[in-house]
Amino acid sequence: MTVLCLTELDGADPADASLRALTLGRSLGDPSLAAVVFADSATVPASALADYGVTDVYVIEPSALEGYAPQAWARVLAGLAAETGATAVLAAGTDRGNEVLAHLGAITGLPMAANCTLVTPDGGRTHRLVRHRWAGLLLEDAVMEAPIALFTVATDAVSSVSAALPARGATPGPPEMPAAIQVHVHKPELAEADLVVRAVESPAGAGGASLATARVVVGGGRGVGGADGFAPLEELADLLGGVVGVSRVVTSEGWRPHKQQVGQTGTKITPELYLACGISGAIQHIAGCAGAKHIIAINTDPGAPILAHADYAIIGDLHQVIPALVEALRAR
Amino acid sequence: MEILVCVKRVPTVGGKIAVTPDGQEVDTRMSGFSISPHEECAVEEAVQITEQVGGSVSVLTLGPEAAIEQLRGALALGAGRAVLLETDGREFGPIATASAIAAEVRSHGYDLVLLGNEAADTGDYQVGVRLAHELGWPVATGIKNLSVAADGVVARREYRGVEEAYELPLPAVITVKEGINLPRYPSLPGRLRAKRAAVERSSPAWAAEGLRKEALRVPASSKHQATVLGNGADAVPELVRVLDELGIL
Repeated sequence: MTVLCLTELDGADPADASLRALTLGRSLGDPSLAAVVFADSATVPASALADYGVTDVYVIEPSALEGYAPQAWARVLAGLAAETGATAVLAAGTDRGNEVLAHLGAITGLPMAANCTLVTPDGGRTHRLVRHRWAGLLLEDAVMEAPIALFTVATDAVSSVSAALPARGATPGPPEMPAAIQVHVHKPELAEADLVVRAVESPAGAGGASLATARVVVGGGRGVGGADGFAPLEELADLLGGVVGVSRVVTSEGWRPHKQQVGQTGTKITPELYLACGISGAIQHIAGCAGAKHIIAINTDPGAPILAHADYAIIGDLHQVIPALVEALRAR
Repeated sequence: MEILVCVKRVPTVGGKIAVTPDGQEVDTRMSGFSISPHEECAVEEAVQITEQVGGSVSVLTLGPEAAIEQLRGALALGAGRAVLLETDGREFGPIATASAIAAEVRSHGYDLVLLGNEAADTGDYQVGVRLAHELGWPVATGIKNLSVAADGVVARREYRGVEEAYELPLPAVITVKEGINLPRYPSLPGRLRAKRAAVERSSPAWAAEGLRKEALRVPASSKHQATVLGNGADAVPELVRVLDELGIL
């Protein structure tokens, strides 16, 4: 009885989204939680994984499969699921996690539930689950009937909890010490067809990635007024150690590049602070910023929908408030 | 190049989203309908490709008869042919959706099928991939840049600060994200042509799937109406105090 979790790395560490997936995977209560890692076995963060209750690691080394090839990764998971008699295979709800699990669903002919926030075994082949619809603006309660439950875990809705603490939603019990972790080097058999689509990687321009992980995001919307109105927001973001994000209208007007868009069809952010300036708060924008710990709105309209999602608000024109705030911060 | 673009009619949500009393659908009494931004970009991308290399664009939707409105929207932007896979109101799961689209693809012969990366409403993230497997075609997802090469297409996206480039032989399936282009506005002649265009129809079979929706609900929010710190620049000292208190400074 094994739960397999595709585990992505962020440098030398397990990616935060994967730790959240492992936390949910552990809550399923199978005796074995296996991380599947595509990396050199010398670089596998085994003790960090053990902290999250991982009992086994299957490592697919670059000599067996180099780089990211989504269908090949799914084929590896399918093989391991059969070999270990897996009851569930999961991944983080990242671009890669959703893509690989979609391939796995197609390969196995089984259903796949994307962006779950809760999964509970309900006897036999049944799992009850809660998943995101509308990018998390709605929740769906669903039932999955399948010999192997395939799902991804919403990246902004499940907290990562180390195995020393009970997982959220699990019955609190005595804390368990991480057991010894077994690392297996796995050599998959792959067909040529699985390797047709394969990523060639090169460094990308800055912007998109830092928005997703920034501690502070200064958001600008229609109220900024035009492409030349963003300098004070950039200055404020610099002072706060953050980055600028924008609403959809700003990118569809061509004022800023799409990679800065916060929203359902842009980037989902999870900062400590989101300062939403001149943003009314269309629901498609809320889907991108609801993961912020604190939201402060600056808006001329006291009836703007953003105020229903914000902790604090200043009623006023961002063109006056932001320069005054920059001045006050510089004076400190 | 023969290109098929798949789009989906979904409610246009503005400032609020609500669920019908039976918990089965989004309440659309106060909303219009549209296609998702990803799909608007897929239509635009297909039109731009055929403008460059020739060929034609077909647009397909699986949905109720009313979804003809969304097909006409795509026709107005430059698609030449429209296909409605008409449903009886039941929600098709991703497996049934992919196989219904695959039947159309097999009967017409396309070089490229474009979809949005995920549907705005169900967010299943898998129809394009399942379609590719049904057809035995290669697939790339979440694409933000697409170019046609001599022997296929090159599709690019960013992941964790790294650019990934995929070379795909044709025929292929590509799912795109908003930002790949800036969609054009429909022209008046385009709208007139769209109004008169014929729509081809068929009715694929619905089938139950292993993932069954029980109910939709709006998540309980921990947020409530914001505390107003003040008006205009006069509120800045209070804002600085709050930023300090939140540990931001």
